[in-house]
Order: sequence, then structure tokens, then C-alpha cells
Amino acid sequence: MSVFFLRRVLTLVATLFAASLIIFLVLDALPGNAAQMLMGADASPDAVRALTVKLGLDQPLTVRYLLWIKGMAVGDLGNSYVYGTPVAGLIAERLVLTIPLAIMSMLITVVLALAAGIYTAANHNKLGDVGVMSLTQVGIALPNFWFAILLILLFSVKLQLLSAGGFAGWDDGIWPGIRSLLLPAISLAVVQAAILARVTRSAVLEVLREDFVRTARAKGLGKREVLWRHVLRNAMIPVMTVMGLQFANLLAGTIVIENVFYLPGLGRLIFQSIANRDLIVVRNCVMLLAAMVVTVNFVVDMLYAFIDPRIKVSNL
Amino acid sequence: MSDAPLIEVKDLGVRLNTSRGPAQAVRGVNFALRRGETLGLVGESGCGKSVTALALMGLLPESAVISGSIRLDGAELIGLPDAAYCKLRGNRISMIFQEPMTALNPMHTIGHQVAEPLRRHTGVSAAEAQLEAIALLDRVGLPDAAKRVDAYPHQFSGGQRQRITVAMALACQPDVLIADEPTTALDVTIQGQILDLIAGLVEERGMSMILISHDLGVIAENVDRMMVMYGGTVVESGATDAVFARMGHPYTQGLFRARPRLGARKGTRLKTIAGTVPELADLPAGCTFADRCAIVEARCRAALPAVVDVGAAHGVRCIRTDVSMGAGGSSA
Repeated sequence: MSVFFLRRVLTLVATLFAASLIIFLVLDALPGNAAQMLMGADASPDAVRALTVKLGLDQPLTVRYLLWIKGMAVGDLGNSYVYGTPVAGLIAERLVLTIPLAIMSMLITVVLALAAGIYTAANHNKLGDVGVMSLTQVGIALPNFWFAILLILLFSVKLQLLSAGGFAGWDDGIWPGIRSLLLPAISLAVVQAAILARVTRSAVLEVLREDFVRTARAKGLGKREVLWRHVLRNAMIPVMTVMGLQFANLLAGTIVIENVFYLPGLGRLIFQSIANRDLIVVRNCVMLLAAMVVTVNFVVDMLYAFIDPRIKVSNL
Repeated sequence: MSDAPLIEVKDLGVRLNTSRGPAQAVRGVNFALRRGETLGLVGESGCGKSVTALALMGLLPESAVISGSIRLDGAELIGLPDAAYCKLRGNRISMIFQEPMTALNPMHTIGHQVAEPLRRHTGVSAAEAQLEAIALLDRVGLPDAAKRVDAYPHQFSGGQRQRITVAMALACQPDVLIADEPTTALDVTIQGQILDLIAGLVEERGMSMILISHDLGVIAENVDRMMVMYGGTVVESGATDAVFARMGHPYTQGLFRARPRLGARKGTRLKTIAGTVPELADLPAGCTFADRCAIVEARCRAALPAVVDVGAAHGVRCIRTDVSMGAGGSSA
């Protein structure tokens, strides 16, 4: 287990390092001067030069890169070019929205997908299977922003149950916050759940054909017992792999969905920072997203070893 | 040992839905098995021996159509609801499968898997079941059973895994054990050990056994009676000694000649049966072996031959036994 763990940690660190290099090079090393872009084409060369020095853009690339890495290590990400406030603070206040949103939509995804996937696999080729699978086909084809607007029309305009946008915050307790994140979370989850349901179904069907399923039946276990005790755990490996990948999609989806629902989250911050050419914010936000995706996949790898006893040994 | 049969199969037929259309995988199978008796099913792949076994276990696919009758201690099993069948499987009828590498769930410890039928059928506590599992694993000759009870299947060799599946099948002291090619996937040196283990346990516990194999040697050494299957029908059945002494069906004779022998000179070609096993989806109308039979006549193809008694409880499904069992016919 320890070798497996160590190897995965090394991969994690290496991936983060590579991501930071690419992000830095794409945003900072490409032609074009951030100070010039901020001040506009009409600014005087003196003013641009002054801003360049002030932002530290006159220093060599390697120094700027190392300063950034060092800053991340100590938690000082510098100040936003546009707002002048620390980037770390800007991101932190957005994360209290985006992290709960991501967790909620992931939870909805997993619950919907496992329920639909297991149900359809257990009723393979029956009416329920065909019906639910057609639904997931529709789900995959739905653009999430369009589905979000439909949800707003139904729950906010017509039924007036939930607000059409904005975030209530966590100051008045947990429920107002969750209520305002419910529709965005559902719109993000529907497409992902449709995909994951199909993955779950085929994974369960595949395991159901395994010899040990027949062995379990021969011991006298009923079909349902076999499904829960013998099939699901084996089917979880591919399902978790896809879940890890979907987390990245989900974070990307927040950029659109937070704009549809006027949510002051990380996605909206990235969107606004790109529009404002606030490159230091963009750089750190993208790095954070990359780190979140890599971490989630690291956790998935750890869960493999937890679920499947064969993985620990083959890596020792 | 009472005389009433433990298992009585009458005119068993199984129709399967295959990718090539409906196929009559098994038809007209009859046999009775008394307590403590052993029966061998022999034949090539696709002859219906595994389908017969799965029919006894009630584990055929839902789309399979089963006809005839299977009685366990007089109680009809065909049409039994799955919940009731579950109470028999692993409890009164157990099965050992061919492929030990995949027959165990890789995610559960072997102790858990051996204890599972005990937990399911006898209502013992988890701790008692675990102790019983260790005793069973010990009995099937798994070294260090107490220590290795919490190990996973991938940590064992093929032979050890087959020992584990034997322990699993015997956990609840079943009346009948069905062993479907239990040694086919194993090394030759291990095959004998596993067969001896199974035979020993069958005798020790007074179980009945149905042993399925394509290997005539395995059948000859391990069972009292045997049935030779071909194309979904039983072509010959009788006491093992009688069948080997007086092979009546051309297929049995061909099967016997086709086995490899020690001591044969290098370069000696194995005798084979000409042709291939017919597809179950389009079996010939008459005798299923007609297309490969050396002594076939026109009337063989007219209808499925009836079983001819050629000795005490020795039946052959052939209308030309006069020729096949005549001079030189049964010489191997």
C-alpha cells in the first residue's frame, strides 16, 4: 500500500508542476504585455512602463515563475490587477459558493446515475431499461444552460418555489444557501448523470456475466443479493474512473451555469477576469481548477486500492 | 440408503435462445440418482451436459424453455419460484464449476465466500460461520487455512482456488454435488489431487455426485454409472463398467478411440471422429450423430432412434446396435 500511495503522490506532484508550467507559459510568456492590455492601446509608453514595473512584469520569466510558485507555497498570490485586492481573498470568497455547488451536483449526479444504472442493468432489455436509457440519451443531448433556463421557467417563474438566481450566502444558516444552489446543481448534474448512468449500466451488465456471479447464485443467493453483495463492488471501478473525469467537466460547467444564475462563484470570477484581462486572477484560478481535478483523480486512485484488493499487491 | 431416487429426471428438454435462433440444447434426458450414487456425464463441448447440470440447479437463463420433470426427493423442481430454489441451491444441491480462476469473487476474502452459504442457509452467526469456513478449508487441504482465511482469491493458485470452491460447495453438506469439468482448467498434476479430494468427500459424506467431463479416463475412475451425451441427447447410458466393456453406440466407440494414449509410438495419429459437432440450432431430424457415423443408414435419419436395452440397465440410442456391437464393432 505504501509504495502504491507514494507513487501516486509523486504523480500528483509532477502533474501539478506540469500544469503550473503550462498555465504560466500560456498566460505570461506569450507575446503581448499585460500592462499594455490593461491600460489600453492609447496609454502613454511611460505609464505602461511604470505599470509594468509595478506589476513586476519587467523581471525575467524564470524569476516571475519562481515567485509565483513561492507565493502559492506561502499563500500569497499577489494582488488583482483590476481590484487591487489580494487574489487569495477573491478566490476564497468565491469558493464558499463553488465548492458546495460542485459537491451538490456531484452528489445528485452519483445518486441519479447509480439508481438509474443499477435499475436498468437489473431489468436488462425490459421496458424500464429501454425507457430510462432513452431518457439518458435525451439527457446527454441537453445543453446545461438551456436546461437551466427551463428549470428557472418551471420552478421560479411558474411555480415560484426557488429563486431564479443570486446566492443567499451561508449567514442565515445552511438552507437558504442550499436552496439557491439547488437549480444550478441540478442543471449541472443532469448531463453528467445521464453519462454516468450509461457507464454504470454497462459496468454492471459486464460483471453480471462473470463466472463468480453464477457461483454466488449456485450458493443460493437471490438475484438482488448477488447484485448488491457481489456485482456492485466489482462494477464500481469503471464507474469511479468516469466520476473522476466528470468532476473536471463539472467545474468547467460552473463557468456557464454561474453566469446563467448570477452566482458569484469561481466560474464567474474566471469569466470576469478574462473579460477584464486580469491575468493574475485567471492564472491562479486556472491553477486551482487544475489542482482540484488532479486531487479528485488522486482520491479516485486511492479508492481503487480501497475497493479492489488486487491493486495493492500488484503495485507492491 | 433408501431405494427411492434422490433425483429423478424424466424427459428433460431445454430450449435455449441463441444468437442463431432457438436451439433444442437438451431433449429426452432421463435418469435417476439414488443417495450416495455417482453418475458421470460425458461428451464433447456443446453436447448439452452443462445445460443439463444448470437445469438441475435452476440456473438456466430466463429465456430458456424447460420441459419434462426434475424431482428432488419427490418434489418437482421445474417451475419452482426462484426464492424457493434459492433455499435448495448451495444447501441441498451444490455445484463446482470449471474455471476456478474466475469462479471466485476477486473482491471478497475466501473465508467470506466459503462462509456465505452457511450464513445464507443455516442461520449461524458470522463468527461461527468463519470458524466453520476454516474447518472446511482445512478439510479440502488448503495449507494454513486458519491464517489464510482472510486472503483474497488472487493470492492462490488455480488448484488452491478449486479447493476453495469445493469447500464452498460442500459448506452446507448438500445431498447432491454437481461437478462440471472440475479439473479441466487445472494442471495435469493437480487434476488427480482435486478428483481424489472430491471423490473422498463424496464418499465420506454419503453424497450423490454428478460428474461432468469430456475425459473418459476421469469418468471411468470416478463414477458408478455414466451417460454419454451427443447433440443434446443421451446416446448411451449404463453402469460405467458395462459401458466401457460393451460400448454400444458408434459415438461412444469413436470417443474412446479418439483419446490419446501413453505408449503410442511417436507419429501415431490420433483417431478422430470425422466431421464436427452439429450446431444445436439446426440439428438433423433423425439420429443427431448420423452425419458423422460410419454405419449410418437412410432410416437413421428418419426419426430420433429409441433407446435399445443391450444389457442390464445399459441403454443405447441406436438402431444399428446389431452392427455396432457385432463382431469387431466394439473393439477399441
